[in-house]
Amino acid sequence: MARFIRNLAKGILGAIRDLAPIILVIAFFQIVVLQQPFPNLGSVLVGLACVIAGLTLFIQGLESGLFPLGEEIAQEFAAKGSLPALVAFAFCLGFGTTVAEPALIAVAAEAADVASEAGAILGTESARAEYAFNLRMVVAVSVGAAIVIGVVRIIKGWPIHWLIIGGYVTVTLMTPFAPEEIVGVAYDSGGVTTSTITVPLVAALGIGLSMAIKGRNPMIDGFGLIAFASLTPLVFVLAYGMVMS
Amino acid sequence: MEILSTLGETGISTLRDVAPIIAVLVFFQVVVLRRRLPHLGRIVRGFVYVLIGLTLFLIGLEQALFPIGETMAKQLTAASAGTSTEVRWDDYLLVYAFAAAIGFATTVAEPALISVSMKAEEVSGGALKARGLRIAVAVGVAVGVSLGCFRIVTGTPLPWYIVVAYLIVILQTFRSARSIVPLAYDSGGVTTSTVTVPVVAALGLGLASSVPGRSPLIDGFGLIAFASVFPIMSVLGYAMIASWRTRRRDAGNDTTDSSRN
Repeated sequence: MARFIRNLAKGILGAIRDLAPIILVIAFFQIVVLQQPFPNLGSVLVGLACVIAGLTLFIQGLESGLFPLGEEIAQEFAAKGSLPALVAFAFCLGFGTTVAEPALIAVAAEAADVASEAGAILGTESARAEYAFNLRMVVAVSVGAAIVIGVVRIIKGWPIHWLIIGGYVTVTLMTPFAPEEIVGVAYDSGGVTTSTITVPLVAALGIGLSMAIKGRNPMIDGFGLIAFASLTPLVFVLAYGMVMS
Repeated sequence: MEILSTLGETGISTLRDVAPIIAVLVFFQVVVLRRRLPHLGRIVRGFVYVLIGLTLFLIGLEQALFPIGETMAKQLTAASAGTSTEVRWDDYLLVYAFAAAIGFATTVAEPALISVSMKAEEVSGGALKARGLRIAVAVGVAVGVSLGCFRIVTGTPLPWYIVVAYLIVILQTFRSARSIVPLAYDSGGVTTSTVTVPVVAALGLGLASSVPGRSPLIDGFGLIAFASVFPIMSVLGYAMIASWRTRRRDAGNDTTDSSRN
């Protein structure tokens, strides 16, 4: 019980530390620069308390159960898994962690609201929910694909920059053909996939794999999975936009 | 009563969100690796925490993080817009300053970045300093978000900026040590945390809806894209400067040594 309370206190401190810079910057601009009161301050403060409590519990829960299990499986597969099983695990890990990523849920919801206000999709609640859901599925599949590419790269020892540059070229070539309103969402989707859940589990897989394979250097080969996970969503969301229009 | 129904609805959709990752881990552990689940009690408890935590976070997101970004965008544009009806980019200096401040402040304290940069210092054998790396990434995000706001105000097409940024990254890649490249590419992804993304996304959308002549659908997105590409440039740049300084210091030591002799 004492340990539980200590962990909880640590978690709350961590969440406050996450939020503190945002609150400080906003307070500075509100008080010193704008000299205006913040509207609905009460409800915003309640919401911030929800964010702190929510992130604390969320990370606590991940650390107590999911992260150790995920890291163990990742290392196990890295050490002796067969290639098809490893590839299947890599895809599922990328897909599963991305679907639950809070930042992606947030951006998909915003994108759906904007699209319905602009008349790109119907204004009903169900049309918005469907749009947000499809967007998240596309991004999750693309992250699954990214982790597979990254794992194969680590095993084969391909240099990362050719794959990334190839990705950049693909994105650049696809952009003129994609509908204008999907471009911004697509470019943003790369950054939102990799936060709270995805980074620790995916990094564990990459570093475990590059340590298990002879002749791989964790510095050169261990990093880089996250880079793929931030690039493939651009390609997939652009393609999704082209197919839908 | 309304709060309870919101809580219930959010809770159910959260359950759907979290289920896939649980299913993946349990399936691979039990079916593929044929192992028992270790510490089942702890895993179940962790799952319940994740569920409640994500539910609370999503409620706070709607009530605090989105409104914060949007309100700041509205108030800053209202305070800085000139009297003329024409949109002039230099009327919005306050917005760029706010964007840079929020980009720097949220990044420098980001836990994912702290752990990655410590790992980088370790693997590079101390050639890269964790602190320097963190500051390089934070400066990259600050410049990126600020430039992204400039783009929204001017309404120039997003792909131009990103493609030019890609070209610079490609050029830098060929001038950099091979060991820094994957790390630099990764640092683009880790900068945008769960708290930062909603605030920055709402800032962009709020800005696009308050600057005259801009549409949120076309101009509102893209800030996160800037925040993910610019750190790659700044980390590659930092590594170039670090290696140049090491070389110069070594050269400097040689000359002082020889002059002493």
